[in-house]
Amino acid sequence: MSGSLASADGGGAAAIRFAGVHKWYGSFHVLRNINLTVEPGERIVVCGPSGSGKSTLIRCVNRLEKHQRGSIVVDGVELTDDIKRIDEVRREVGMVFQNFNLFPHLTILENCTLAPIWVRKMAKHDAEELATRLLTRVKILDQAHKYPGQLSGGQQQRAAIARALCMTPKIMLFDEPTSSLDPEMVKEVLETMTALAQEGKTMIVVTHEMGFARQVADRVVFMDMGEIVEVNAPLPFFEHPQHERTKLFLSQILQ
Amino acid sequence: MDSLAYVREAPEPEEAPPMLSSGALACARANLFSSIGSTFVTVGCVALVAYLLPQLAAWAMTRAIWSASDGAACRQHQDGACWAFVIAKWDYLRFGSYPVAERWRVDLVEAVGALLIVWLLWTNAPRRAWGALLFFVAYPILALVLLRGSSLLGLPIVDTLLWGGIFVSLLTAVVGIVFSLPLGVLLALGRRSPLPVVRVASVVFIEFVRGVPFITILFMANNLLPLFLPEAWTPDRLLRPLAGIVIFSAAYMAEEVRGGLQSLNRGQYEAAMALGLNYPRMMALVILPQALTLVIPGIVNNFVGLFMDTTLVSVVGVTDFLEAMNNAIKDPVWAGPTIMVTGYVFAGIFYFCFCYGMARYSAHVERILAKGRK
Repeated sequence: MSGSLASADGGGAAAIRFAGVHKWYGSFHVLRNINLTVEPGERIVVCGPSGSGKSTLIRCVNRLEKHQRGSIVVDGVELTDDIKRIDEVRREVGMVFQNFNLFPHLTILENCTLAPIWVRKMAKHDAEELATRLLTRVKILDQAHKYPGQLSGGQQQRAAIARALCMTPKIMLFDEPTSSLDPEMVKEVLETMTALAQEGKTMIVVTHEMGFARQVADRVVFMDMGEIVEVNAPLPFFEHPQHERTKLFLSQILQ
Repeated sequence: MDSLAYVREAPEPEEAPPMLSSGALACARANLFSSIGSTFVTVGCVALVAYLLPQLAAWAMTRAIWSASDGAACRQHQDGACWAFVIAKWDYLRFGSYPVAERWRVDLVEAVGALLIVWLLWTNAPRRAWGALLFFVAYPILALVLLRGSSLLGLPIVDTLLWGGIFVSLLTAVVGIVFSLPLGVLLALGRRSPLPVVRVASVVFIEFVRGVPFITILFMANNLLPLFLPEAWTPDRLLRPLAGIVIFSAAYMAEEVRGGLQSLNRGQYEAAMALGLNYPRMMALVILPQALTLVIPGIVNNFVGLFMDTTLVSVVGVTDFLEAMNNAIKDPVWAGPTIMVTGYVFAGIFYFCFCYGMARYSAHVERILAKGRK
């Protein structure tokens, strides 16, 4: 497993490959020499203290943040300033945000069909059929004609997952999807994500839900101060953390 | 002593609110007669209205002169309005010096315009997209051909020098509103553009126009525009102030729209980008619908201001409604002490009706848009 952390090439088939990625916010060095290869179908959970650069890392994958050194190749496309390539990558990468970011002026169904219609050029009828199927899967079809403001947080987040899935992305990014949910709603969102993981979609999940990491992840990436500190399969990661900082972090969040 | 624990045994029944906390009587007591001071103010205001309203009504209705062929009757009855004057001048107030034989063309343009505007503004109307297409594409061509004339269709050309009255006021307002909003949106987007050239150009334009009185813009549009353009292109003398009003209004519109754009969460942009929407689609489908909805009150406020500002085009020689009224008041046949008051009261009612209408409509749209969002 540790071999895939190396920047050495593992063939051209990787879903995402970070090689020597650095990023600064002003003079603040947020990402330091990130090397990580994500294989197709792999489920990665990224954890670490706040401010460690986890969100920045996955936001670099669809270029919501721009890295300044190194290379990021997503599904065979290297991210540069070329807007065409960025759009190409964004079509294949779905993202779920901490604050849902549903479009409040559109119904749930319209939220889901917007991108398929305008980006994938799908016929309205087909897009609605697809959205209906995915809303059924996340169990909120009965809310399809409501506006986001009328839904609970958990329902909104499941709608946001359905919206991302409507683009049939190859890769799904989750940026702390349960962090702004009321405790009783966390479970329904995690169940949705677990079901998704079992279908073999490539996923990178930034989360503090260690139960989810244990159950679903193929590998857990621990970040601190902008660098990857430790990468391992969940069992050894939680049972036998190697690095001092990992041990400290785990001892703080797991009682 | 009881223990600290408590477990409910029966549910608390739901009850009606106590008497007098709702209903008209309670409302009146709470808002109008809640204290001695408030009672005093209420009674005072009612007395004032009771004293003024009958006098106003008598001036405007019972003591007013409704029909006369010249100012003689109005000069005799100086304690009433002289509506006969407005009625006698009505055609001039509507059309200015537009040739009498051709005024049906203005009527037609106004009727079609009113129809299309109702179609567009009626929120549940069928096929509003068609209405929009007709109004924004077909209607301007129709209006131009009809109002100006076309030798091809056998319609005599009517020079804009002769245009005047209410129809010029409405034309100015509609052109101003229709062009200033999209231009304002573009300027607002330009001001937030990552491209420095676009940004600086937008900022300079907006700040320059906002820093200069409207009359200055009108004079500049009137006198400078012909200097910059080749002689053959010299814009029509009505077109120049129209350009001025669009430029002026667009700068204010841009600032309103920018306020809306800034109040949107960054997450909305990110979600749209993450879905693969490109910049124009992100703006048109996600950002602007929300931003514009947020600033409807400000935009309508600008429209109302623009409608008032159309009265200033008279300083560059355009006979709008107010200028037509000024001219009518000067007619020696009607000269008399009540003519000016009557004329301006009528003009006031005219402007009020339109502006109040816009304000009410915007409130209606806001209510519709607010529905379902919360």
